[in-house]
Amino acid sequence: MEPQENNHILSYTKLALILGVLLVLTGITVAVSYLDLGFFNVPLALAIACTKVTFVLLFFMHLKYEGPIINLSFVGTISFLFIMIGFTFWDVAFR
Amino acid sequence: MTTTESFYDTPSPAGLTGIRAWLLTHDHKRLGLMYMWAILFWFVIAMLCGLLLRTELMSQGRTIMGPELYNSLFTLHGVIMVFLFVIPAVPAIFGNFFLPIQLGTDDVFFPRLNLFSWYLFMFGGLLALISLFSGEGFPDTGWTFYVPFSVEVNTNVSLTVMAAFILGMSSMLTGLNFITTFHRMRDKKMGLMQIPLFTWSLYATAWVQILATPVISITLVLVVVERLFSVGLFDPDKGGDPILYQHLFWMYSHPAVYIMILPGMGVISEIIPVFSRKSIFGYKAIVWSSMGIAVAGSLVWAHHMYTSGMSDVSVFFFSLLTFLVAIPSAVKVFSWIATMYKGSIEMTPPLLLALIFIYLFSIGGLTGLVLGAVGPDIHVHDTHFVVAHFHFVMFGGTGFAFFAALHFWWPKMFGIMYDFKKAYIGSVLTAIGFLFHYVPMLILGMQGMPRRYYDYLPKYETGNFLAGFGAYLLCIGILIMFVNLLMSFRQRVPASSNPWGGTTLEWTVPSPPPVHNFVEKPQIMEFPYDFSEIAAQVKGNKR
Repeated sequence: MEPQENNHILSYTKLALILGVLLVLTGITVAVSYLDLGFFNVPLALAIACTKVTFVLLFFMHLKYEGPIINLSFVGTISFLFIMIGFTFWDVAFR
Repeated sequence: MTTTESFYDTPSPAGLTGIRAWLLTHDHKRLGLMYMWAILFWFVIAMLCGLLLRTELMSQGRTIMGPELYNSLFTLHGVIMVFLFVIPAVPAIFGNFFLPIQLGTDDVFFPRLNLFSWYLFMFGGLLALISLFSGEGFPDTGWTFYVPFSVEVNTNVSLTVMAAFILGMSSMLTGLNFITTFHRMRDKKMGLMQIPLFTWSLYATAWVQILATPVISITLVLVVVERLFSVGLFDPDKGGDPILYQHLFWMYSHPAVYIMILPGMGVISEIIPVFSRKSIFGYKAIVWSSMGIAVAGSLVWAHHMYTSGMSDVSVFFFSLLTFLVAIPSAVKVFSWIATMYKGSIEMTPPLLLALIFIYLFSIGGLTGLVLGAVGPDIHVHDTHFVVAHFHFVMFGGTGFAFFAALHFWWPKMFGIMYDFKKAYIGSVLTAIGFLFHYVPMLILGMQGMPRRYYDYLPKYETGNFLAGFGAYLLCIGILIMFVNLLMSFRQRVPASSNPWGGTTLEWTVPSPPPVHNFVEKPQIMEFPYDFSEIAAQVKGNKR
């Protein structure tokens, strides 16, 4: 059996800090929506969103403190989703 | 000899009596049996639907029913067989019963969730039943619910897809329970490469269940949304894409084929070494091939869509990937054959059924390559060839693995043995009936007879008559098999704890097992298929 991961409790300070980071990133998202960056409009918005998601996953969902099984499961799930969406888009692109 | 109370005599949670001891149980073994009776009920219903369909097709024109009923009946046959028999059969019955025991533990990680899964399964089945007799009647869309027909038709599509949605939830929760039990509950001394292959196959299946089932759930909800609000997700006039439905549907439904077959392969991997008295050949290769099938099988869904109008690049790519899935499947077949080579083979009903599985599944797999290649697929697409191929894999494969598992683990589950002679007769008759039933369908398909057609040209009559004849033989064979198993309750010939000479942990506990599975701490073997002791015992007995 895999070793049990220890329960990890985040301090209020750390949680508040992450919340602050997320709020700042939300502010940036709103701010860049007023800028016209041409082609980079969507990639930039997605990059900010991905950064926010990463913070939520790592700290609020404790992925940073989990063992390899949970991390591997998460990566596998995301890869599966990526492939499903990617292959479907690929079909549409070449029709 | 001391006797141990079996799980039948010990309710879990304690204090429950009568029917409540079953309906509120947390015991994985009781739940496995509850699944068994429910699934067998659905199997018989769906089999009778299939028999009526083939009777209708035995002669040209109207035989016993009209075209509307025929359309509803093949939908009913498909929905019940897929969602209420083939997908849950092996994992829900034998997985629930044996996975914790094979892992050396007393239950699954979430026993209450396990009970909830069973209720979801029953509720989903009930909804499917209600949809038969309410509204405009059962859908005539086929089990694939393809748009735009499923969105426009007046029959009871919404209720039926909700039933499938709920059954999907049950399947996901079972998968979640198995993965968690695999990682968190197995005996501390059991390393990954000491886990029996049946449990490994359930683990690989559970991942597909968790990752792919949400896709079909969402897709079915989208069908209901379309029917209620006409959003236009699949309607080109409103900017939608009809092929998107097929992508979403097959994203689940092709991996679902592996949800159906992988546990069956796990069953065969248990049976072959036991009756060959020989360690399984290529244990690690089988483990990796199970995981390989789970991964590769999830990437090939669009080979169902070659003629849908999908891009040529995708057609080429999915065809290539489809051929890759054949490799891990072949690894398993070669390993089973190599296990038997120079083994001390003892013929029993489970082994006979396992051998039939290998033969029929191989035909199913090879005809799958015909469909995986784009050129021949376009020729036989949507013909009886596809129907026959699918049934060779799903019935010849999973169905026979299910029968083999029933005969293999019956003495362990109930502590009684059945009549071998009748089991052989039933198995052989089922196999002969199967070949009579599906080989003509392969030929009919090559000749161009489409599937799901109510009537046909005169040149297809002989093939359809033969297929119908085979269907009756098949059903008689299955009836003999089931009656024989049921008769064992009347004859009550006691079975020992290890009647076959198995080496995995379920054969070290009493038959039937006690409520907490193990009377003593389980002894974990270095390798789960080490037959040296069993072989020595057999030799000693012969002297």
